[in-house]
Amino acid sequence: MGMISLVTFLPVFGALIVLLIPKQNEKAIKWFSAIITFIPLIIASYMWSQFNYTLSGINHEAQFQFVEHMSWIPAFHIEYFVGLDGLSFPMFWLTTLLSFLAIVASFGINKSVKGYFALFLLLETGMLGVFVALDFFLFYVFWEVMLLPMYFLIGIWGGPRREYAAIKFFLYTLLGSVLMLVVMLALYFNVQDPATHGHTFNMLHMMDQSNHKDILRSVDVRYWLYILLFIGFAIKVPVFPFHTWLPDAHVEAPTAISVILAGILLKMGTYGLLRISYPIFPDIAVKTAYALAILGVINILYGAFVAMAQKDLKKLVAYSSVSHMGFVLLGMAAFTDAGIHGALFQMFSHGMITAMLFLIVGVIYDRAHHRQIEGFGGLAVSMPVYAGVASLAFFAALGLPGMTGFIAEASVFIGSFPVYRTLTIMAALGIVITASYVLWTVQRVFLGKLNPKYADLPDINRRELFTLVPLGIMVILFGVYPMPILHLMRSSLIHLISLMH
Amino acid sequence: MDNLSSLSYFVPELFLSAAILLIIILDLLLKKEQKIWTGILSAAALLISVFLIFKQYQLPVHDIFNGMLVVDSMAVLVKLIAAVSSIIIILFSLPYVEEKTEYYVLILITTLGMFLMASVNDILMIILSMELVGLMSYVLTGFTKRNVKSDEASLKYILYAAASTAVMAFGFSYIYGMTGETNLIKIQQALMTNPPNQAAFFIAVVLVLAGLGYKIAMVPFHFWLPDVYEGAPTPITAFLSVGPKAAGLAVMIRFLITVTAHPTSGMATAFAQNLQVHLPMLIAVLAVITMTFGNTVALRQTNIKRLMAYSSIAHAGYMIMAMVVFNAEGFTAILFYLIIYMFMNFGAFWVIITMTKRLNSDEISAFRGLGYRSPYAAVALAIFLFSLTGLPPLAGFIGKFYLFAAVIKAEWYVLAILGVLNSVVSLYYYANIVRTMFLESAPVQEAVPFNLYDKVLLTVLLVPVLLFGVYWSPVLRLTEISFNVFH
Repeated sequence: MGMISLVTFLPVFGALIVLLIPKQNEKAIKWFSAIITFIPLIIASYMWSQFNYTLSGINHEAQFQFVEHMSWIPAFHIEYFVGLDGLSFPMFWLTTLLSFLAIVASFGINKSVKGYFALFLLLETGMLGVFVALDFFLFYVFWEVMLLPMYFLIGIWGGPRREYAAIKFFLYTLLGSVLMLVVMLALYFNVQDPATHGHTFNMLHMMDQSNHKDILRSVDVRYWLYILLFIGFAIKVPVFPFHTWLPDAHVEAPTAISVILAGILLKMGTYGLLRISYPIFPDIAVKTAYALAILGVINILYGAFVAMAQKDLKKLVAYSSVSHMGFVLLGMAAFTDAGIHGALFQMFSHGMITAMLFLIVGVIYDRAHHRQIEGFGGLAVSMPVYAGVASLAFFAALGLPGMTGFIAEASVFIGSFPVYRTLTIMAALGIVITASYVLWTVQRVFLGKLNPKYADLPDINRRELFTLVPLGIMVILFGVYPMPILHLMRSSLIHLISLMH
Repeated sequence: MDNLSSLSYFVPELFLSAAILLIIILDLLLKKEQKIWTGILSAAALLISVFLIFKQYQLPVHDIFNGMLVVDSMAVLVKLIAAVSSIIIILFSLPYVEEKTEYYVLILITTLGMFLMASVNDILMIILSMELVGLMSYVLTGFTKRNVKSDEASLKYILYAAASTAVMAFGFSYIYGMTGETNLIKIQQALMTNPPNQAAFFIAVVLVLAGLGYKIAMVPFHFWLPDVYEGAPTPITAFLSVGPKAAGLAVMIRFLITVTAHPTSGMATAFAQNLQVHLPMLIAVLAVITMTFGNTVALRQTNIKRLMAYSSIAHAGYMIMAMVVFNAEGFTAILFYLIIYMFMNFGAFWVIITMTKRLNSDEISAFRGLGYRSPYAAVALAIFLFSLTGLPPLAGFIGKFYLFAAVIKAEWYVLAILGVLNSVVSLYYYANIVRTMFLESAPVQEAVPFNLYDKVLLTVLLVPVLLFGVYWSPVLRLTEISFNVFH
């Protein structure tokens, strides 16, 4: 078994062990889950140290790293084919990190502990699988495997409207994925495996346009398939008209699950576009790029405006995610080196920043039992350490230079400005709105007169700091010196862009 | 093949007939407390017949009894499904039906009827075998004699069945009139040499489809089904949802590939009669209506048995959908789906049978908080329901995957999209049961008993659903060798 399989399946193996631990022994369950998610982080970090920066990946198997390729269901040409490249590795590593931190952040869970941690571990396997799969069928299975644990995690451990939020999330994402299923099958039957001349689920074969049969050369068919696939991914991102599940799911989900939702799940949508839609239908991707850029700008502006109007702190963070994912779309749509680097870097950076924000909201909610922005004030007096960490995260969110958000957004603008001048200027307006709602929030929550009700709230504790500090350090570290991450991505992204032209 | 030499091709059926007679005689000899043994013996007899059926895979494809029946691998597979599903139903019933030998005998006779349905090759045999299955089903539906709902269901069932069979027989009479033959293969040849009147032939096909459609609960011939499912004893509901449906689909496949089409090279089929009404399109429309109707009406159900009734209509719709392609891929996908469907549907029903008995209610609301009162049963039911929805990595996904693959390969893209959207709709009502069990808190905390027998049987049904979701090559091979149809 290779390292990828080890990392991917270790959590689900841990889930089985968790089910065997007696349910009274909650401490053992929690610590075991923490260890079983820490090991993948260690292995993934080791893989980083072994990562070959010159290999590009994307559409050649030889260019992928840590590849495992074997037959699964030969009669239907389904393979177990996994591998990593510069596009997937940052997300793969981030997933192991955030899963570990989210497990630690979940130590406060006290309802059906066993079920929670078992489902969480199953979820981690699904997420990792999505980022490593190179066989479309395998990708689809992992993509769907995430849904079930997510439904229960929101539905059982969530807030007051959890049932509604959980089923809404489930229905929306299933709607997207069944459309993907149709596209997957259409590709399967109309792409020829160059070696065997049979059908294939191998994504890399699908990317080679010379393997496409005649029906796939028709522009109309390609448009339809691209659009169906796009809807599938857009729901996950979420792109503007499909975003309504997001505020519900994020607000109702328990803290750690919001972290995973915003930190990892949203990125799967844009990852899917880059991994599957772009290389398989490069011509259509280029033709529809302008529409994608417009959607990106709508996301940026709409998300930011709606965030400004929120009274609930968690909802505000949720809508800020919609806004920040817009930058990813805009960067992707430009098809320039800087733009696509910015997009992927934004995915990575937003994964950390939004995780911090949700953790911060969780901290205050655990203490005050509400999240109304208006209800607070002057918390910097009673909780100084907390206020410090929180301000760091909020400033990172508004894209302050010296932190990762700035690098990502600047890179997106540099990449998209030459292509979409007006749209980029409008998007830049989004930065101003972001700054205003972030600063306004910081002011209302942490500054001003201290609300006497919250005068003796305990400051942030060590466990909470343990989850926030590593992210905070990385946000600053990679904000000042982003090269380690950019190096990871470079050869893959440059190759991807060259495929598109 | 003449009657006498046909007997060696008829071993499972002969064995089952002998077993039925033996059990009836045995019933006279046993005391009341001992009658449970007749149930156990029935299951054992079916188990032996499963082995006998398996051996038939080695037989050459042949027609028997002067062309009345055929022995081919599709017949063998459908007989296997029928026999295994009857065994499971007997195991379901053992804890609840202890003194009624006739119950088990009726199930055995139904199984015999399904064996015949699986191998029909003559329109007379179609009517005869369907009536044999039907008659036993009416009695089984009304088996709880003093239950008004059960009686009503039984009566409704008879009335609908009688009308449908009459319509179908009328259709067959047209076909006989046009060709002068009752044997399906000979009808096919006669139709090819002497093209029939278009209108008459179309009417005949539609009338026959009505009769077959009633058996598999295709909309708009489904009206009997919800009441029968609700009124029948729950194990019989489970029985009706799989065995007779599989047999009905087999008859429909046979009818479609002989009377309306003929095999050309390989198994690709061409249409014998270029009907002005495109037959696959007609079936596609019926399939979409069936699944959409089943799924949308299921959304509003509060009674779990009625919900499963509409869900079974929807599943029939998915299977009919794969018929439009008229090739081996479509039909093997249906057979594959039937195997998977048997496990997941029975699994769901087993939990429903045990729980509705112990909670004393068929209402979904009675399942509130079941996840905390009987965790194993509730988790298993959730898995079965998500499998019915078609979520990976469960077997139901693989089953649907092949149905959709067949449809998409034949480039029926719109049909496929309507099909997958239906899956999304179905998620809502399946997840609603899961929601009731896990997301709502229980009115009382005490555990619902779930004894060892229940658990073992549940596990036997659960393992295939989990296993075939990740490794299904053996099932696939079984269905692939099972579409070697007599022609």
